[in-house]
Amino acid sequence: MSDTQTGTQPAGGPAHGAQPLANELPVKVRSRDVNVYYGDAHAIKHVDLDIHQHEVTALIGPSGCGKSTYLRCINRMNDVIDGCRVEGTIEMDGEDIYDPKLDVVQLRARVGMVFQKPNPFPKSVFDNIAYGPRIHGIGNTKSEMDEIVETSLRRAGLWEEVKDRLSEPGTGLSGGQQQRLCIARAIAVNPEVILMDEPCSALDPIATAKIEELIDELRQNFTIVIVTHSMQQAARVSQRTAFFHLGILVETGETEAIFTNPQDQRTQDYITGRFG
Amino acid sequence: MGLTIILLAMLLLTAAGYYLGTRQAFVVTDGRPAGLHSLPSYHGLYVASWVLIPAALLMAVWLVLEPHVAEMRLVANLPEGFDQRNLDEQQLLIGDIEARALGGIVSGELDPAFQAAGEVYASTLAWSRWLMALAMALLVAGGAFLALRRISPDLRARNAVERTAMIIMIVASTIAILTTIGIILSLLFETGRFFGKVPITEFLFGTQWSPQIALRADQVGSSGAFGAIPLFAGTLLITVIAMFVAVPIGLFSAIYMSEYASKRLRGTAKPMLEILAGVPTVVYGFFAALTVAPFFRDTGESIGLDVSSESALAAGIVMGIMIIPFVSSLSDDVMNAVPQSLRDGAYALGATKAETVRQVILPAALPGIVGSVLLAISRAVGETMIVVMAAGLAANLTANPLEAVTTVTVQIVTLLVGDQEFDSAKTLAAFALGLTLFFVTLCLNVIALNVVRRYREKYD
Ligand SMILES: Nc1ncnc2c1ncn2[C@@H]1O[C@H](COP(=O)(O)OP(=O)(O)O)[C@@H](O)[C@H]1O
Ligand SMILES: [Mg+2]
Repeated sequence: MSDTQTGTQPAGGPAHGAQPLANELPVKVRSRDVNVYYGDAHAIKHVDLDIHQHEVTALIGPSGCGKSTYLRCINRMNDVIDGCRVEGTIEMDGEDIYDPKLDVVQLRARVGMVFQKPNPFPKSVFDNIAYGPRIHGIGNTKSEMDEIVETSLRRAGLWEEVKDRLSEPGTGLSGGQQQRLCIARAIAVNPEVILMDEPCSALDPIATAKIEELIDELRQNFTIVIVTHSMQQAARVSQRTAFFHLGILVETGETEAIFTNPQDQRTQDYITGRFG
Repeated sequence: MGLTIILLAMLLLTAAGYYLGTRQAFVVTDGRPAGLHSLPSYHGLYVASWVLIPAALLMAVWLVLEPHVAEMRLVANLPEGFDQRNLDEQQLLIGDIEARALGGIVSGELDPAFQAAGEVYASTLAWSRWLMALAMALLVAGGAFLALRRISPDLRARNAVERTAMIIMIVASTIAILTTIGIILSLLFETGRFFGKVPITEFLFGTQWSPQIALRADQVGSSGAFGAIPLFAGTLLITVIAMFVAVPIGLFSAIYMSEYASKRLRGTAKPMLEILAGVPTVVYGFFAALTVAPFFRDTGESIGLDVSSESALAAGIVMGIMIIPFVSSLSDDVMNAVPQSLRDGAYALGATKAETVRQVILPAALPGIVGSVLLAISRAVGETMIVVMAAGLAANLTANPLEAVTTVTVQIVTLLVGDQEFDSAKTLAAFALGLTLFFVTLCLNVIALNVVRRYREKYD
C-alpha cells in the first residue's frame, strides 16, 4: 500500500503504478503535486499523474472525488470558476500550461473538451462544427470550411446521419447524435488532447456503444482523458486507469492491471462495488 | 342600522359558526376526531360558510335593489301633474326631494306635497335596513342550524368546503374577465358612435387633427378635423426615440449584469436599476418638462438650432430612461436562463468572454430579448404622464425630433379634461383613440409573451 501514496516520489517518472506497460508511449500531459481549492475546500490533493500520448486514460472514482475538477485543470476551465485556485505544475509536451505567458485560447485549441450533457449551440449543425475553427481563424474559405466540417463529422461517425441536414439546428438531433456533434465540434479545431467528462451518462446503451467505439478510433489521432462512472466502460475503452478517492489519486496503472490486480484496498473495494 | 355594525356582526357570527362547527365535530365523535371523514377544522369552515355566504348574498342583492324600491315608492307618492313635466325636470326634482329627505343640500325651496313624498322615501330607507338585518339574522340562524345538524362522522366537509372555495375563486376570476370584456365592449360601442359622426377613413388616414366642435352654429372655425395620422406619427416618433435610449442602455447593462458582474454586484445593481421602474411617471414628467426640455432648448439655441421647448426629443429621452429597466431586467433574466453548459462549451473551444456573449449567449437569448423590447415598446406607446407634461399639444406631422409633437394618449387626456358633452364627436374621438391604443398594445403584448414563452419552453 505504500506505493499508492501520492506526492512522495521524485518528479520525472510515473508517480506510481501497478505494472509499467511493455513499450510505453511518450507522456503527453504530466501533472505534479496538483492541488485545487474551491475557496477553502481542498478538492484535489497532491495529484501526480502522467497521461500518455494516443492512449485513453480513464478517471474513475466515487462522486465528488474530484475527477471533473482534475479534468478541468488540463484545459484551465477552472479559471472561469469564482474562487477556484490551482497549485502545482501541469505540463503538456514539457510546457507549463499555467505559465502566465501562455494564452488560454491557444491552450484550448490544443485541448478540446466534451461535457456530460450534450451542449450543442442553438445554431445549425454546420455552424456548430465551424464555430471553433472560426474562432481560431482556421478555414477561411468556404470550401476549406466545408471540408473541415465534413472531416470532423466523418471522424465523429456522424456524417452519414446528418449530411442532408447540415443547416438544421444542432439541438434538433437525438441525444446520442448531439453528443457526437459535440465530439465533432471539439475535433474540428484539430486538438492534441480531448477531455471527456462522463460523455455517455445522459445517453442510452446503443448511443453509448457508438461513442465508445468512436473513442477507440479517435485514439489513433488524439490523446483522450475520459471521466466515467461505469467501470465496465473504463475497462472497455481505456488503456490506463486512474482511481480517485476523496481528492486523492489513489492508484494508477494499466487498465487491465487495475481491474484484475489492484494494489490498494480502496481501489479493490471500489471496483468490486463495495462503495461509490 | 349602520352597515358597519351589520358587517361586524357577520364577522363575529362567522367566527362563532366556525367554533361551533369544530366543537360539534368533537361532540359527534365523542372527542375522537380520528373517526371523522374530514378534519374538525373543515367542519368549522363548513358551518362558517353556511353562516356567511347566504346572508352575504342576500345583503348584496338587497343593497342593489334598495334605492330603486325607495325611489319607486317616492314617485308613487308624488302629487298629480308631476308626469306632465319634461324628463330632465322630473330627474332634477326627484334628486332634490331625495337630497332634502336625507338632509342634504337642495337647489331651491320644495313644495310641501313633495316633502311628504320625501318623507316616505326616507322612512322606506330606514325600514329597509332593519328588514334586511332581520332577514339576514334568519338566514344566519337557519344556515347554522342546518349545517350543525348535518355534522356527522360521515359528512364530507372537506369536499364541500373545497368546492365552495373553488366556486368563490371562479366567481372572482369571472368578475375580472367580465370587467375587461365590459370595458372593451364600451370602447367598441362608443367608437361605433364616433364613426357614425366621422368616417373611419378620415380618422385612420386623415392628416389634420383639430377636434373643435362648435358650441354655436355660427362660430368661427367650427369644423373639427379628426385625422389621427399626426397623433400616430407623434407617438411613433417619441417611441422610437425612447427605444433608441432604452434598448442599448438596457441591453448593455443586462449583458454586464448577467455575464460580467460578480454575484454581489449583480445583487445590488439589479434592484437599483429596477428602482427606475418604481419612480412615479409624473416625476419623470416634470423632470422632462422642467429639466430636460429647457436644457435641450438652451443647448440648441447656443449652437443655433431652433428647438421647441416641448420637443419630442426631451419626452422621448425621458421615456427611454423610464423603460430601461423593462429591457434590462427581462433581458438579464433570459440571459441568465441560458444554460451554463453552453458557456462552458464555448469557453472549452477557446472562445473569449466577449465572443461567447456575442456568438452564443445573445443568439440563444434573442427571442427573450425581442420579447422584452416589445413589452417595453407597448409600455412606451401607452405611457401618458410624461408626454402630457413634456410633449406638446400641437398635432404637427413631422419627423423632426426638435419640434413639438403630440401623442394619442395626450390627445385622449385633452379631449376629456374639462366639462364635456358626452355625445359630441370630440368626446367620442377619445374612445376611438383609446381603442386604437388598446389594439396596438394588445397585439404587442401577445406577440411578446408568445416569443418569451416559446423561448422558455426550449430550455426548461
Ligand atoms: N464550482 C465548484 N465550487 C465549489 N466546489 C466545487 C465546485 N465544483 C466541484 N466542487 C467540489 O469539489 C469536489 C470535487 O468535485 P468534482 O470534481 O465535480 O467531483 P466528481 O467529478 O469526481 O464527481 C466536490 O466536493 C465538489 O463539491
Ligand atoms: Mg463530475
